Amino acid sequence: MRGVTSEDPVPVTIELNGRRRSGRATARTLLTDFLRSELGATGTHVGCEHGVCGACTVRIDGVAQRGCLTLAIQADGRKVDTVEGLSDRKDALTVLQQALHRNHALQCGYCTPGILMSFSDFLAHNPNPDEQEIREVLGGHICRCTGYAGLMKALIEAASEMRGEPPQISDSELAT
Amino acid sequence: MSDLGSSAELHDKRTALDDSAPTSNESAGYLGRSVQRREDAALLMGAGRYADDMARPAGTLHAAIVRSPVAHAIIKSIDASRALDLPGVHAVLTGEDIKEISDPFLTVLKEPKLHQWSLAVDCVRFSGEAVALVVADDRYIAEDGADLVDVEYDQLPVVTDPLKAANVDAPVLHPEAETNEVSVREFSYGEPDEAFAKAAHSVSIDVEYPRNSFTPMECFVVVADYNRGDESFDVLANFQGPYSVHPVMAKSLRVPGSKLRLRVPADSGGSFGIKLSVFPYIVLMALASRQCGRPVSWVEDRLEHLQSANSCPHRFTKVEAAVEEDGRVTALRLENLEDYGAYLRAPMPGPLYRMHGATTGAYDIRNLAITNRVVLTNRMPAALVRGFGGPQLYLALERLMQRIAVELDLDPLDVIRKNLIPAGAFPYRTAAGALYDSGDYQRAIEEAMADGHLEDLRKRRDVARKEGRIYGIGFAAVVEPGMSNMGYLSTIVPKEMRERQGPKNGAVSMATVNVDAVGTVSVTADVTVQGQGHATVLSQIVADQLGLHPDTINVNLELDTQKDPWSIAAGTYSCRFSPGTAVAAHLGAQKIRRKVGRLAARLLNTLPEDIDFGDGRVFSKTNPDNGMPFERVAGTVHWSPVLVPEEDEPSLSETGVWSPQELEPPNSKDEINTSLTYGFVFDACGIEIDPVSMQVRIDRYISMHDAGKLLNPLLAEGQLHGAFVQGLASALYEEIVYDDNGALQTGTFAEYLVPTACEVPEIEFMHIETPSPFTPLGAKGLAEGNCMSTPVCIANAVADALSVKDVQLPITPEWLNATIEGEEPAPPEGSEQPQPKESEEPVSGSGISGDGSVLVKADPAAIWRSLLDPQSLKKIIPGCHSVEAVTPEHFKAEVSLGVGPIKGRFTADVKLSDLDSERSARLSGTLSGPLGKANGSGRVNLTPQDDGTLISYTYAVDVAGKVASVGGRMIKRAAQVVISQFFERLSRIAAGDTPKATEGNTDSKSKGFMAFLRRLFGGAQ
Amino acid sequence: MKPAPFTYMRPENLDETVATLSQHGADARLLAGGQSLMAMLNLRLVEPSVIVDISRMPELNAIKLRNGMIEIGASVTQSELLAWPELEAQAPFIAKALPWVGHFQTRNRGTVCGSLAHADPSSELPLALALLEGEVVLRSTSGTRVLKAQDFQSGMLQTARADDEIITAVRFPAGAGARGRAFREVARRHGDFAIVAVGVIARDDGTLRIGIGGVADTPQCIEMNADAGPDEVKDRIEHLAWQLGGFDDIHASARFRRDLVRRLTPALIKEVRACAV
Repeated sequence: MRGVTSEDPVPVTIELNGRRRSGRATARTLLTDFLRSELGATGTHVGCEHGVCGACTVRIDGVAQRGCLTLAIQADGRKVDTVEGLSDRKDALTVLQQALHRNHALQCGYCTPGILMSFSDFLAHNPNPDEQEIREVLGGHICRCTGYAGLMKALIEAASEMRGEPPQISDSELAT
Repeated sequence: MSDLGSSAELHDKRTALDDSAPTSNESAGYLGRSVQRREDAALLMGAGRYADDMARPAGTLHAAIVRSPVAHAIIKSIDASRALDLPGVHAVLTGEDIKEISDPFLTVLKEPKLHQWSLAVDCVRFSGEAVALVVADDRYIAEDGADLVDVEYDQLPVVTDPLKAANVDAPVLHPEAETNEVSVREFSYGEPDEAFAKAAHSVSIDVEYPRNSFTPMECFVVVADYNRGDESFDVLANFQGPYSVHPVMAKSLRVPGSKLRLRVPADSGGSFGIKLSVFPYIVLMALASRQCGRPVSWVEDRLEHLQSANSCPHRFTKVEAAVEEDGRVTALRLENLEDYGAYLRAPMPGPLYRMHGATTGAYDIRNLAITNRVVLTNRMPAALVRGFGGPQLYLALERLMQRIAVELDLDPLDVIRKNLIPAGAFPYRTAAGALYDSGDYQRAIEEAMADGHLEDLRKRRDVARKEGRIYGIGFAAVVEPGMSNMGYLSTIVPKEMRERQGPKNGAVSMATVNVDAVGTVSVTADVTVQGQGHATVLSQIVADQLGLHPDTINVNLELDTQKDPWSIAAGTYSCRFSPGTAVAAHLGAQKIRRKVGRLAARLLNTLPEDIDFGDGRVFSKTNPDNGMPFERVAGTVHWSPVLVPEEDEPSLSETGVWSPQELEPPNSKDEINTSLTYGFVFDACGIEIDPVSMQVRIDRYISMHDAGKLLNPLLAEGQLHGAFVQGLASALYEEIVYDDNGALQTGTFAEYLVPTACEVPEIEFMHIETPSPFTPLGAKGLAEGNCMSTPVCIANAVADALSVKDVQLPITPEWLNATIEGEEPAPPEGSEQPQPKESEEPVSGSGISGDGSVLVKADPAAIWRSLLDPQSLKKIIPGCHSVEAVTPEHFKAEVSLGVGPIKGRFTADVKLSDLDSERSARLSGTLSGPLGKANGSGRVNLTPQDDGTLISYTYAVDVAGKVASVGGRMIKRAAQVVISQFFERLSRIAAGDTPKATEGNTDSKSKGFMAFLRRLFGGAQ
Repeated sequence: MKPAPFTYMRPENLDETVATLSQHGADARLLAGGQSLMAMLNLRLVEPSVIVDISRMPELNAIKLRNGMIEIGASVTQSELLAWPELEAQAPFIAKALPWVGHFQTRNRGTVCGSLAHADPSSELPLALALLEGEVVLRSTSGTRVLKAQDFQSGMLQTARADDEIITAVRFPAGAGARGRAFREVARRHGDFAIVAVGVIARDDGTLRIGIGGVADTPQCIEMNADAGPDEVKDRIEHLAWQLGGFDDIHASARFRRDLVRRLTPALIKEVRACAV
């Protein structure tokens, strides 16, 4: 049996975006704080710390879930994927990321990483979602800026493109 | 691409972005085109640079705030010793400290004095107010420490209802002000009394705009570092402006403005007005850093945000129109009463005056009377929230227009049309002094309702009603101001005082364009980033001037008060970017263009008039082959200053400064041009009410905008969608709720209902463009319009659907159910619920009250002894750890109380009074602990019976603090459980039994519950 | 919003788990999916001294069909149950109600048994347990006991689970609701707690069983003949609406809750009758 106290930090090792990373955590350290403060992976954002807003969503062993409702120690030895792992170059964005960009589906960008992590899991396992299913998964996130219109359009497009359908033409050829 | 004017021709009307997609024509300008966002890549890769992502200085400590659980109280004492004993805690600051080392914040009203510091001093005035600051090694320990700070409160009466706040018997929040009604102003324009006397009809309506807030996803962040060397503060914070608050902070810190270096990071997770209110915390953390000798970081959490960040003001308006037979309005009278909560923080009461010049909205009404009252209540201070006075004004004005149609049996759209400002009347000076720059409201409405749109809405309503469905149509016409006149707030004081204080007006914008030695361009500006895409637009503007591709232009929108040009107007608020900073960037880039042009003319041996820019080159218009790369000309300035023409300074750093002359101070007649630009929004919608769930479904929503020239239609569309959903939220979902005792009921996102994708309907946006003649770019603000128009448009549709006059915002299923269903039929025989008797105890606030009785096999004397004996009480009080008798009738106890898994440790302070030996007693007392605070009182009566004693009791409890904010009914439930347990145990002890060890035995008929947990999905263990 | 200090224990197996619980009793709290507990910890609404993590225990992660019952282990998530290929055939009512539990992201982590342990009266799974007359398997160092739904759910946020017990599994009768089932809930937003949730199933004996969540402290059920006439239905529902009690909160009054019971229940009965034909 593993036992850890809140006083003495212990080493926690995760496979973060495919790379083995270690840091220290006490029993009560939240995964979000561990990722951000201990491992410097600040792409995962904290929005409410009570599981409603979805900004902190990460994938643990592939499954999208709330980072703020997870203890760092629970992730020990597991695979954790965060937004930083989706692509590391501006010109190598994933289909999903490109669709969000193309459809102006982000403004302040604070909720965006969580949404990307939800849908990188959901679309991988549900290649043919209907609009309502996409809406319901997106319903697990709060976005304050966009009004969700661009997001819905982007997610529908991304699903179709991930199925191998031809990519959408950008509204603007001035994509930067 | 030299001529901007011809570069950005757009279709007048867009229904989809594709319409405006430019062709790949390199000679066309970038402005006005849907250039995609340069901001996205970093944000999509998790490479944003938000305040909490930034590296902290070495040795940074972390702060947590102790907040008041009660809405109004004298702070009797603060004992921080237990917190200071905790390893890892470095310091605890209280109001006593703050009072010594800082000054109260400056406020807009010089009189009456309303002192506020960064921590409560002597008195708390709203639930959630910062009372003490704990600084520790990390946030976890800081929160542990915060739970160990013992604060003793002496509670004062509370006023939460703005309508009662000004009553003579209302408790006064700030005794030095002697009243809660801190400002009353009356205004009269034209001849309103005469117009009302002459009018055929008078139509009036009372409306109430509730408290809400657009809660950005990123909360407040402050990192403060005091430098002992030069006695200055270096603060990084996600502040949004206006920078008129910078002097307020510096003054409070007792330093010159230059010693408060405020830096704003590259990214901010939304703001919507709210991040003005980070300023008291900037001061607090700065002071803490100086006291600790270490940098101090504080990251607000969501509970804190929802308790105390800020809300919009709560406005009550009675609006009355003098109306001719045909629906033409000849005069308006508005009586506004606006609540700002516990303090009037600068720049409040902005929302009451921001729209002042535009009070007549889109209508040509020359006679106007306004009364503005500002009141304070025991609720969180109000401040900036997107819309900023607009939603409140238009709820009154546009509900009134709908009522005129109903009462005069006219078509609501006709009433709107009949009163619009004529298309040819622009620039148009309104009755209250606004100078509307441009517009064609008739055309906007005509185009919005063309293509059968109006007929379609009516047909949908006809069909629905024929089928017995509840359907209504609403309209709203709204004038949307952009770029506030910094002088508008001085309208709040009479002209004599204004004359003494000197004129206030204007709104200065600044942007700087720098070109380095290799010809690369970078731009800085006086805006704070919040997600609008300012960097993209600025790159478009500068690219057009310098003939470059936007991608090659670097934009850095971090703002540093020690290094960047800024004015008091700096920041991002009130749609200031498009009419303001964008223009400044345009002017700055023009300066560079002219300077480079003059040098190029010399180098190319031609005249400056012959110089053009394009494709990265500077060349002769008459002989395009005669040219050179832009970078070469720019490099020449750096490397060969001697070649720079004498009239120019040899540098390529130019600040564009934009100060529009139309923003004049209020004149002696109280006329004020409150903003520079005035856009127009016209909304029409059809809604249906689900007769089962009582939810409003938006069936169709059309929103027409005239925001002048669109700088980037893609970004404009994004702003419109965002504003629409916030307007929808105000209409149907979001409200900050307090109980009568001032306890906040909406402390989590489970209670404060932000719409998700599932709640959002489709919306159809349309545009016309009447460019503003007052700005070189012709652009107006557009990001607030739907926050103003959508709540009232939906309210009008609901009024139409239900044929009712009063529509309460937010329009909840609860309200609709009560309105539609009317009185509930009496319960059938035999199924009536046991109704609790009216409690004799006063019930306020959370309204937990009840009564009960229990028959005990013991005589009254035995029961009486048990009640007065600490050792018996220890056994009787559920979860009791210890009891100490202060006097024979005064006990203190340590108890653990809760319901289900939720338990908190509390200190109970209980007094017995009105003792009538062996017959009756009154109990009163408080429970205090980190979970919150409860006040209760009750009466116990003992009645001898044949087989024992009947104990009957009544009680009333008020609950405040965290536990009320995240689900008051949890403690309501707990109170009921604990009280029933108390008497159950009393009966056992008195009868000589041993009480059961567990306290899980609850009365399953008790009601109440914790909504927060219910929201959490019925989750897991 | 950071948890107060606690000691984290991760037992390897069930025996270690019950031993740990036996040692720490009420001071310990079981952590499976944590979708309620972690939020309560972050808000410091609960401050247990020991957290016992059972989320990774393989022996609790099974869905089994045996003795005419579907048995769902304590660490099976709501998503895992939703993805169980037999769900529609064996538990058609649950298949209908489960997508209403929270959101995709919380179902990915939240467990079926955890939702029952949390005993939120407006949650869908406690309603399913009551409506389908399921049972809960509890284990401690002193052995295993099985409680019927009505014996298990004792109040709001309260169950008959003792402090030293772990819910190892929940069992639902296989095929319950196969003859007809309907579920609907009304909430302010999609995924929110239900103001009122109603489930109806047609049973083999020709009766309808009706369950109401969100009104009383625990989900409440009544039965009536499948062919009850409209007056009887109306009358029974009216009595039910009043008997449930119900309470005011900031989203709905007791009266609105009664009205929802009055409107939703007949509609669902109609739906069940239609599919039961």
